[in-house]
Amino acid sequence: MERIPILKMGEYLLVTIQVDMHDRLAMTLQDDLTSKIVSARAKGVLIDISALEMVDSFIGRMFGDIAAMSRVLDAETVVVGMRPAVAITLVELGLSLSGVRTALNIERGMDLLRGLIESRGDGAGSAE
Amino acid sequence: MLVPLSENRAISTPEDVVAVRQAVRQRAVDLGFNLVDQTKIVTAASELARNTLQYGGGGTLRIDEVLHGSRRGIRLVFEDNGPGIANIELAMKDGYTTGNGLGLGLSGAKRLSSEFFIESRPGEGTRVTIVRWR
Repeated sequence: MERIPILKMGEYLLVTIQVDMHDRLAMTLQDDLTSKIVSARAKGVLIDISALEMVDSFIGRMFGDIAAMSRVLDAETVVVGMRPAVAITLVELGLSLSGVRTALNIERGMDLLRGLIESRGDGAGSAE
Repeated sequence: MLVPLSENRAISTPEDVVAVRQAVRQRAVDLGFNLVDQTKIVTAASELARNTLQYGGGGTLRIDEVLHGSRRGIRLVFEDNGPGIANIELAMKDGYTTGNGLGLGLSGAKRLSSEFFIESRPGEGTRVTIVRWR
């Protein structure tokens, strides 16, 4: 079965979406990611969408759902790399992606994730 | 109005929705649409193709290149023989859905298009036509 790979790096999960996803593939990613947050005891999820040429309401909702589910599972999600044309279109479509944290690129996304995890004050992510 | 090029596609699986996006993108590129306009028409097409599949039980898309004076554009006609929409005014409202989506498909696609037409008869089907001018 076709799947989007999820990479584990320490306490982070990294997903790079490089294909034009049909709805079932998007749902599979959401399910896989939710399971993986638990099995990998992940504290942060970074989703790179710099290759995505379009985000419609279904895919936008998936990001919102992933962010909400990860929060319930004690992890933070950041979506990075949205193309400007995609951002303009999303807003006109009527999607604000409220509840989804975003960053310009992977580097800033990782900084944001680290900050979020450290600011929880439970010592998670401050092992170094 | 002159119609130089036309193409028909079936929408019966989620993969067909992806194929619709790619076909519309290609047509927009061929017509010289800028990146933002390409993205808008592709996103509108994705919303409407999904509606055709989910609510119409599948259907067809016709892609036309349209000319009006010196303006060029793309016209997309989505057609299904599904249950139809009882109350179009309600269906066009942001956030209204009879499924489990966000209710942005029709209203969002309208905002992303230059022109938008919808016809529906309960028990017979739905036809949505959009045009995006370059």
